Order: sequence, then C-alpha cells, then structure tokens
Amino acid sequence: MSTEAGIALAATGLGKRYRRGWALRDCTFELPMGSICALVGPNGAGKSTLMRLVTGLITPTEGDVRVNQKVAFLAQDKPLYRRFTVAEMLRAGASMNPDWDDTYAKQLVEEAGVPLGARIGTLSGGQRTRVALAIALGRRPELIMLDEPLADLDPLARDEVMRALLAEAAGTGTTVVLSSHVLTDLEETCDHLLLLADGGVRLAGPVEDLLAQHRILTGPAGLTVPAESVVDSRTTARQATVLARTASAEAGWEAAQPTLEELTLAYLRASKGEAA
Amino acid sequence: MIDFRIDRRSGVATYQQIVDQVEHALRLGLLRPGDRLPTAKEVVAATAINPNTVLKAYRELERNGLVEAKRGLGTFVSRSLAMPRDAVEGPLGDEIADWVRRAEQAGLGREDVAALMKAALDENF
Repeated sequence: MSTEAGIALAATGLGKRYRRGWALRDCTFELPMGSICALVGPNGAGKSTLMRLVTGLITPTEGDVRVNQKVAFLAQDKPLYRRFTVAEMLRAGASMNPDWDDTYAKQLVEEAGVPLGARIGTLSGGQRTRVALAIALGRRPELIMLDEPLADLDPLARDEVMRALLAEAAGTGTTVVLSSHVLTDLEETCDHLLLLADGGVRLAGPVEDLLAQHRILTGPAGLTVPAESVVDSRTTARQATVLARTASAEAGWEAAQPTLEELTLAYLRASKGEAA
Repeated sequence: MIDFRIDRRSGVATYQQIVDQVEHALRLGLLRPGDRLPTAKEVVAATAINPNTVLKAYRELERNGLVEAKRGLGTFVSRSLAMPRDAVEGPLGDEIADWVRRAEQAGLGREDVAALMKAALDENF
C-alpha cells in the first residue's frame, strides 16, 4: 500500500480489555520510520499495554496495529540471567534470534566497557542496561521499543545509555519508541510524542508541530480564552496562566511557545483533573 | 573537526544552534571548504540529541549552499564564510579598532558601542 510507505507503526482504534477493564482504548496514531518517539503517561495509562500489543506479546481486543518493521522490545525488568556471564547471555540471545548479528552485539558490549567474562549479577545498573540493549539491538531490529530503559539509572548512566541508543539509531536509521517518566530526558532526544492517559491517546504527533500548535498565555486574571482551546490553566489573584491549543496570540495575552516538558505536564495535569 | 556544544537552556532551537556554530566556525576559518562535518552518529554519541535534529541542521546548511552531502561519504563544507584576510588584518580592521578605542575614551560603554554600530549598519548596509 502506497499510503504505508515510510510508516513504521500505525494503530487504528486499538484497544485492549483485561478482566479488570480497558487498559487501552481508541488508540489511533502513526509513526514514520526513523523517528524517535517518546511514550509518556502516568502509571496505568496503558504504555506497557501498547508496547506489548505492538510487539505481539498480547493480542488486541479491538482495532488493529500494523507494524511494518522488524521489532525488538526491551522490557522494563530487562530480562537477564544474573548467574550468566555477559558472553553466555549473548550466546542465549544468538540462539533465540535466527538473524542475530554477533559481531555487532559484541561491539556494543565492548563500547560499553563491559567485560565479556563478567557475571550479569556483578554489573552496575548502567552496564546491565547496556548489555540488555546490545541483546535487543543484536537482532538488528528496524523498530526498537524500550519500556522505561532509564529508570533506576544514575544521571551519568542515563546519559551514557541515551547517547549509545541514539548513536545506534542515527547509524542504522532504526525507529525508536521509548517510554520514560523523566520528561527532561526526552526534551532534546525525541522528535515524536505519544501521550497516553487513562487508556487513551491525549496527544500524538511530531514534537515540532505540537509545540507550534500550543501557546502559554499569561495575562491579567479575568481575561478569558475560548474554553475549547484551554488545556490547563492556573490563576492567582491577579494573573492567569493558560496553556491553550492555539497558534495565535489572543488579544490582551502575552503568548510564548511552550517547551516539550511544559506541554506534556499541562496535558498530564489536565487528564488528572478529569479523572478526579 | 568541529565539536558542537548544545545549550539546552538557551531557548534557541537545537538545530539552529548547530547551524549557528557551523557558520561561526566558517567565519573564523576554523572550518574550510573540503572539511567533513561530523556524522549524525558522531554528534549524537557526543551530545545525546535527536539524530533527526542534526540532519535537519545539515539540510539547512545545504540549502544555504554552505555544505554538500555526498552519499555514503558524509557532509562536506563547500563554501567559506571567512572574511578576506585584509579585512581582518588590513586598514579596515585597524580603523575599527582605533574607532572602538576612541569610543571607550569618550566614555561609551560596550552596549553603547554595539548600539551605535548596529544603527550605522542598519542605516548604511
């Protein structure tokens, strides 16, 4: 299909219901090949469910997801055997993946400065993540999904893991989907955003477009903005601050383009307000 | 090779910072025609920014005719922005250095001098 050209991943009306209820519903978006996408949302928003649907670990209850690229998935618990050495872990990776690139996986481990003979259990959190990343990338995926890869890492390890991941993506053109709670990790690294809350998509698209479609408006309290464009607002006795879906400055307001963090926080706050 | 420094708090878009830093290096002659710019992978490995941002900056530089992407080889500087040598070291350079000294003696501050210079540029250039 010609409309699919350049699309790595597309979901249409995707939903998953567990016994306790819907974990994800009405999820529609598409992601171009080679993009680096941040998957953001509070706990229970449906991020892990979405990743598991994309990787085929679970099947949708409704709608569908089309994956046009070979996928690798790095789960949050980074499944590695503590008693294995790094070399044994790589051999396990090789035996589970028919199109394993051993030279590449070893090179990634070597670049991370992790000795092949070391036992997984003795590695630092950052080193373990680098090994798990090497195993995920060893099968030469075209799309890699990482569930909270930076959780539990110190700032230095976070920076190293992120640089390694992005460098590989830059070198191979791999599409990356990455969930994280730490919004500052994503500000400079992601070009696409998918924001989930309460099992639904709240915001999706290229970061640059999303930022251009929103403004932070500040003005005297009492001044109003068309209600349908308001995402989030705060008012003090004299001043109102509104994050609005508008590209133009409303009369009387001071308008500035939000940062990705401001935009994301506003949507997260708004969805929390609705739920309460 | 040029090393990019990304200031996340500057408020200037990241791709614009890369464009500016390349142009600055070209003006100062730190980058010359034929020099290769770092690959997106090299920039990303050093700075942890989005690889597509680097590519966007390089495309912009290419549109401005400053660099040229050669498939499979990299991105190369194709034009210099370095000022002619005599402009920097010749009479023009001497005259402006002399003028700045006199402005300082006259009690002007750095911002006053910059403002005067900008006004003169806006009016005549």
